[in-house]
Amino acid sequence: MSKPNSLRTGPDEHGHFGIHGGRYVAETLMPLILELEEAWEAAKKDPSFKAELDHWLKDYVGRPSPLYLAERLTEQLGGAKVYFKRDELNHTGAHKINNCIGQILLAKRMGKTRIIAETGAGQHGVATATVCARLGLECIVYMGALDIERQQPNVFRMRLLGADVRAVHSGSRSLKDSMNEALRDWVTNVRDTFYLIGTVAGPHPYPVMVRDFQSIIGNEAREQILEKEGRLPDALVAAVGGGSNAIGLFHPFLDDGGVRLVAVEAAGDGVETGRHAAAMTAGTPGVLHGSRSYLMQDDDGQVLEAHSISAGLDYPGIGPEHSWLKDIGRMEVASATDREALDAFQLCSRLEGILPALEPSHALAHVTKLAPAMGKDKILIMNLCGRGDKDIFTVAKAMGVEI
Amino acid sequence: MSGRIDARFKALKEEGRAGLVTFLCAGDPDIPTFETILAGLPQAGADLIEIGMPFSDPMADGPAIQAGNLRALKNGISVARTLEIVRRFRAADPATPIILMGYYNPIHHYGRHGFLDDAKEAGVDGLIIVDLPPEEDEELCLPALERGLNFIRLATPTTDAKRLPAVLANTSGFLYYVSLTGITGVKSAAAGEVGEAVARLRASTDLPIAVGFGIREPEQAAAIARHADAAVVGSALVSELASCLDEEGRPQPGLVEAVLGKVQALAQGVRGARRK
Repeated sequence: MSKPNSLRTGPDEHGHFGIHGGRYVAETLMPLILELEEAWEAAKKDPSFKAELDHWLKDYVGRPSPLYLAERLTEQLGGAKVYFKRDELNHTGAHKINNCIGQILLAKRMGKTRIIAETGAGQHGVATATVCARLGLECIVYMGALDIERQQPNVFRMRLLGADVRAVHSGSRSLKDSMNEALRDWVTNVRDTFYLIGTVAGPHPYPVMVRDFQSIIGNEAREQILEKEGRLPDALVAAVGGGSNAIGLFHPFLDDGGVRLVAVEAAGDGVETGRHAAAMTAGTPGVLHGSRSYLMQDDDGQVLEAHSISAGLDYPGIGPEHSWLKDIGRMEVASATDREALDAFQLCSRLEGILPALEPSHALAHVTKLAPAMGKDKILIMNLCGRGDKDIFTVAKAMGVEI
Repeated sequence: MSGRIDARFKALKEEGRAGLVTFLCAGDPDIPTFETILAGLPQAGADLIEIGMPFSDPMADGPAIQAGNLRALKNGISVARTLEIVRRFRAADPATPIILMGYYNPIHHYGRHGFLDDAKEAGVDGLIIVDLPPEEDEELCLPALERGLNFIRLATPTTDAKRLPAVLANTSGFLYYVSLTGITGVKSAAAGEVGEAVARLRASTDLPIAVGFGIREPEQAAAIARHADAAVVGSALVSELASCLDEEGRPQPGLVEAVLGKVQALAQGVRGARRK
């Protein structure tokens, strides 16, 4: 495909993907965001930055992650061949660390000494705390009080790693509120602090920078599937909360028109109940946390609380590039309920001997519908972006089991 | 432009004093109580009035104003009702400038052009939208200017010489200098540093300069008024209001008098300060 027609060249210089994206932040933060953009542009062009990043991803994170044929699942579903991209095997158990390594190396280049982050499920917080511990940086993680309750193992992990985990009691006490609180910290501590956003949300350049750090998932998957099957897959499936694991897998395939891209949102109790986190399915464009994108909001433009059994998907927005990919029809949007995700969690555990996190369990729930509808000669790759050990208490509770 | 903001600063200059700008959240703690306070503000000494448009996610605000936003939303405030409140105020007071301050999403959802038309018609004079930097001027700032609404920009301690021209480019009415890096109502500003910053800004603009963030007491307001054209007080008033609520958040007798009393004290501070 010739360059001008590529879907991979976005965003424009102001950070817009179609009508989405942009830089909707307080003036205090604007100089910082411009400084970050400049530093990121310079780092991208610097071979020594890439070499350093590659070293950490290989020897510390454990990349490349395997592309694994889920044979028993494939057999059971009776349709397309299902491959898992095993990002749950990364150090700290999820894809989040790909981005954390990248941004923290960038923060060090910029001379920042204090890292702040928000976290929902705690995976981004754990990955941030881990890299900060290794590189000797102060780490503060904002986490909704509700999420702290349902993700106790990760809270303890972060504290073991030396992070200062701060409970956020405002609003819905979950991911969006911890992002508000991190922004309040950043606007207060502008000189020494680097805000490490864990997903492809926030003002430009965060969505593009996080996407670029996560694109290693898709770049590897592309190489691996060509090696194993000699051709590209027919579909890619990933769960979306903010959307970083999905865009990481999808982006290297955007120009391959024959590859279907399917984003799976969290439908909570069901989209029709209003208790869900399906921003693209049921939301309208709005402006939150620095960019325009699909957003769950009421008639007055007040942001609605999201609901999902998965803390990592419990966010009322979505990254701007996803919204654009939906608008232009390049990406399909599906959803899975709490119940369906729990069923998929158990199915994967029993058939494949892998406990998936509740986030990719949503993707898997959709795969159980999609794969049987595809021919046996078709190939599907699902991003198994996190492991489920952190979720066993939530799953046990939902199953009515006391542990 | 409606001209009310320009006329007010011109009058203040002629009087040889700085002005007091008050901030409260629309519909806090409830719409009727808010309207009673609003109607009393000019008499109590507010020279310009900022009305916060409540938002579920006020990212630049501290705990006091966050709580004010939530109280107002719980009691039924909306963008449309905020505009109705302004319309009623304007019918009784043709002179005191009204500035709406808030975040972009509720306006975006209302429809930006419809919002600007309705705000202008209701008697709004200016807008301060926290999360619309100059980089996004085409969204709301330029359409607002076309309709004769002032778009007031914030300058901050991080606004360096390189950045300042962009901040000033489409600003009108006045420039709002945020004297601290941080959220509203948490720290206090040092008057000396503010004086230096205001002097630096004056070298680049002829617009009046209002200073806010961290002004709580009449003495602080007076100290700021020696340097700036106006002092903005928000969190201290919202806190005063909150201290007059019962445990269920209902207004207790004397709330209106307490808030207006605080405004009077601040106004005396500002009016007593001699301009340098």
